[in-house]
Amino acid sequence: MSAYGADLLALLPELIIAVTACLVIALDPITPASRRDLLAWLSVGALVICLGITIGQINSVNTRVSAFSELVVVDAYARFWKILLCSVAGLTILTSLPYLKAERIHLGEYYGFILLALSGMMVMVSGVDLLTIYLGTELMSLSLYVMTGLNRSKPRSLEAAAKYFVLGAFSSGILLYGISLLYGLAGSTKLASIASAIGSRGSDDPLVLIATILVAVGFGFKIAAVPFHMWTPDVYQGAPTSVTAFMAVAAKAASFAAFMRVFVEGLGGLKADWSLLFLLISVVTLVLGNVVAIVQTNIKRMLAYSSIAHAGYALIGFVAAGRGVGLSGGTPGLASIMIYLAIYSFMTLGAFAVIGMLRKGGIEGEEIEDFTGLAKRQPLAAFLMLIFMASLAGIPPTAGFIGKFYVFMAAVEADLAWLAAIALVFAVVSAYYYMRVVMVMYMRDPSPSSVAPPRLVTSPTLSFVLACAVAGVILFGLFPNPLVSFALQSVLTLK
Amino acid sequence: MTSSFPWLSLLLVLPLAGAVAVYLATESAARWIALVATLADLLVALPLWWLFDPQAVQMQFTEHVAWITAPPIYYSLGLDGISLPLVLMTAGIMPLCVLASWNAITTSVRGFMATLLVMETAMVGVFVALDFILFYVFWEAMLIPMYLLIGVWGGPNRLYAAIKFFLYTLAGSVLFLVAILVLYFYGGHTFDILALSQGTYPASLQMWLFLAFFAAFAVKVPMFPFHTWLPDAHVEAPTAGSVILASILLKMGTYGFLRFSLPMLPDASLAFTPLMVALSIIAIIYGAYMALAQVDLKKLIAYSSVSHMGFITLGLFVLNQQGIEGAVLQMVNHGITTGGLFLCVGIIYERTHSRLIADNVGLAAPMPQYATLLVIFALSSLGLPGTNSFVGEFLVLVGTFLWSKVATALASLGIILAATYLLWMIQRVVFGVPSPHHLPKLSDLNQRELATLIPLVVLVFWIGLYPNPLVSRMHQSVTNTIASMSRAKVAPTAHPSAGGTTESLLVGSREPLTAQGPSR
Repeated sequence: MSAYGADLLALLPELIIAVTACLVIALDPITPASRRDLLAWLSVGALVICLGITIGQINSVNTRVSAFSELVVVDAYARFWKILLCSVAGLTILTSLPYLKAERIHLGEYYGFILLALSGMMVMVSGVDLLTIYLGTELMSLSLYVMTGLNRSKPRSLEAAAKYFVLGAFSSGILLYGISLLYGLAGSTKLASIASAIGSRGSDDPLVLIATILVAVGFGFKIAAVPFHMWTPDVYQGAPTSVTAFMAVAAKAASFAAFMRVFVEGLGGLKADWSLLFLLISVVTLVLGNVVAIVQTNIKRMLAYSSIAHAGYALIGFVAAGRGVGLSGGTPGLASIMIYLAIYSFMTLGAFAVIGMLRKGGIEGEEIEDFTGLAKRQPLAAFLMLIFMASLAGIPPTAGFIGKFYVFMAAVEADLAWLAAIALVFAVVSAYYYMRVVMVMYMRDPSPSSVAPPRLVTSPTLSFVLACAVAGVILFGLFPNPLVSFALQSVLTLK
Repeated sequence: MTSSFPWLSLLLVLPLAGAVAVYLATESAARWIALVATLADLLVALPLWWLFDPQAVQMQFTEHVAWITAPPIYYSLGLDGISLPLVLMTAGIMPLCVLASWNAITTSVRGFMATLLVMETAMVGVFVALDFILFYVFWEAMLIPMYLLIGVWGGPNRLYAAIKFFLYTLAGSVLFLVAILVLYFYGGHTFDILALSQGTYPASLQMWLFLAFFAAFAVKVPMFPFHTWLPDAHVEAPTAGSVILASILLKMGTYGFLRFSLPMLPDASLAFTPLMVALSIIAIIYGAYMALAQVDLKKLIAYSSVSHMGFITLGLFVLNQQGIEGAVLQMVNHGITTGGLFLCVGIIYERTHSRLIADNVGLAAPMPQYATLLVIFALSSLGLPGTNSFVGEFLVLVGTFLWSKVATALASLGIILAATYLLWMIQRVVFGVPSPHHLPKLSDLNQRELATLIPLVVLVFWIGLYPNPLVSRMHQSVTNTIASMSRAKVAPTAHPSAGGTTESLLVGSREPLTAQGPSR
């Protein structure tokens, strides 16, 4: 037992989250409905402790510590993502509290599932063994399937859960197949062994290429890259809004984190091949995401396509990393993805928090038209939404510009100025649909009808979430230095 | 002369602080707070006119603070003889915009005034930024306030005009961002505008970069054929929006050409000169012809802007001292004159609720003061000697003459057409015979309206009669720009060996003209 002591201590944050998840699920049946808030606060408490420990590790453990016979590592790269994921999970719980009550689906196990998904994500970002990463992915996905179908009275929610489950299981199968092929040629599922096996077999081995493509497809589903994006709009629209926010932000960030580690540490020898593959995927992703978002009338669906497009932008950083030459290698590209996703998290969470607040009578107002004239009725909320939309469109001085700036900087450095130009042209396309939300809020008067106009239901926790989100969007836009240097330092531990 | 006092930061912060104060204030106090904030900004800007050292070669009032470490981006500000007049003009126009919106804006006054003030910070920022990324941040930051200004407080077709403005300008500037990033890697890993202006870049790269810069600046100017957003935006925008658009926003495009395209990409600028001159002349004549056909006063002035901005781009791209100084002067002049014209249209619109010429006929009798000022601005716009535009357009034409006589002749057509459309407009609006069922009881200008117009009239005559203080301040900076262009493989034409060419022209000596001779 003492042999595992150090290993367990390294994984203390993950353990706390997993134990709290079980505790919440166990306590739920014996907690009276009126006191379910306590479960949420218990979860938030665990997240704060976990965040504290992870931040405390920044100075004490600077090196890469591996645990459990090198199945997982604790390094700066993993810590960057853990801090981001824990913050996102905490903000999601605070958004969910009022939202679930308003939707009458305030169930205690919901918080347990968020924590379970989070522990899966934390394993994903720190795993250096394909099977560990796979287990983390499955833990995350299974929790998300359940959360998507949480609103049992809504057929759309159930449909979304079923769709998500079928396609998710399918993609996991493909990922697993790729992993098994890699195991076949390396004799191990450890990323380091795979890297050395590829180094000795060369990159033109068809088996290596097929395995790489299968793994890429598997992750492509998780990050919702075209052509593996089909599930995204339906699932984002059908899931409860707080779950959608969690999926769009945390699940995407964790999948990107694991994906980057697998391709850089395990399949780095093939970067010439995969950078070409991801070049194609990133272009079609951002083109399709942005173009299809234009015609959406449901704001959750629109943000689903926009999240697809944002995955395309982040992938540009990955292509640049694969093409990276010289001393700095791929670091600017990889760091740009981390910066991009961190900023994306804040603005997307903020946007979904506003959407979750909007009530049309008893139900959720999720059509873009429901925002008509919001600036007149609730100027502050409309102004916050304006900031989130401007940031999503990448207009300075919001953080969204900083995110795009670093991605395009990496692309131009890797001699991909034309790719940056294409991506920026489609950023203009995206500005059209983001600004349409602003237009509806500020420039249209609500049609005079007998129905009461949709209104926002506020609560202290939601105000806190919105304050955090808008602070992130503005502060990282004006003073990006801390985030940038943190990302640049963290990415160095990725070998 | 570098002053340790952060003048320029103060210029940037004051309007922003005003915007916050307006947002927290009540609707009725918002107007006063905005007026005080803009006047305070003007008070900070005015001393710069005297503190500015016309002889200095370097940037003045510089501030240099690290903003982002990787890549190195600085909060770097400075003024030279090109940006000084533009900054002063911006600070001077903004209080007038607040005054012009005093009664015209009735819904969400706080939002409107806050938006105006945010615009002011962004616009001043564009003219004083010396770091490329900082410049880009200011350049883009004004998109959303302007979008709101047109879209929320604009006319009936405002939604279309607002999104058209937004997408046109955004589409233009995204390629500009790629060009900035490419320059960073070619120019020694820096975003410092002055350092990048010293570098030399391969000619083929320059061509691409020039086109990317062109996309951003030509849309903003706007040059033919990228001008179609302008009439829509002008017509739908509230008066203050039109004034800001015409007086300041359009100048950013020409400022961009002058600050970036010419010094950084001299070979490409030289290679593209024929195209740029051709587009400028097309804009001059086409804009004037379109203005002739308009029945809406705002649209008429909007097309006249296209024509007048053509003179500015023409002056810039003939690439000689006279042309560029004329262009800079004309940037200020157009701001004053067209700003005045848009203010006049706003004033009459508040009374008759129509911008159509047909609805505003024969104003000389009921509104003599208004009619006088309108005639002054119109005469200034058509370049009557003694008014400001004459000096600028004359210099531009002299510069063009050194480059090509044919181009000069074609450009002069624009002046004749300007006289036609403006005098025709005056004939109808001021001296026409009103139809009896129109024209409600019209009151002449009140004191607030006089206060918005009189400062501009003073400037019209001051620059028209005694432009030397202005020209002498920009002289050294224009010489610098031309000197940096001499790095081109083929040196630009008519680089004056001694300073003072323009001044001697202005006092009437014809010698420099013949001394320099036609170079092409």
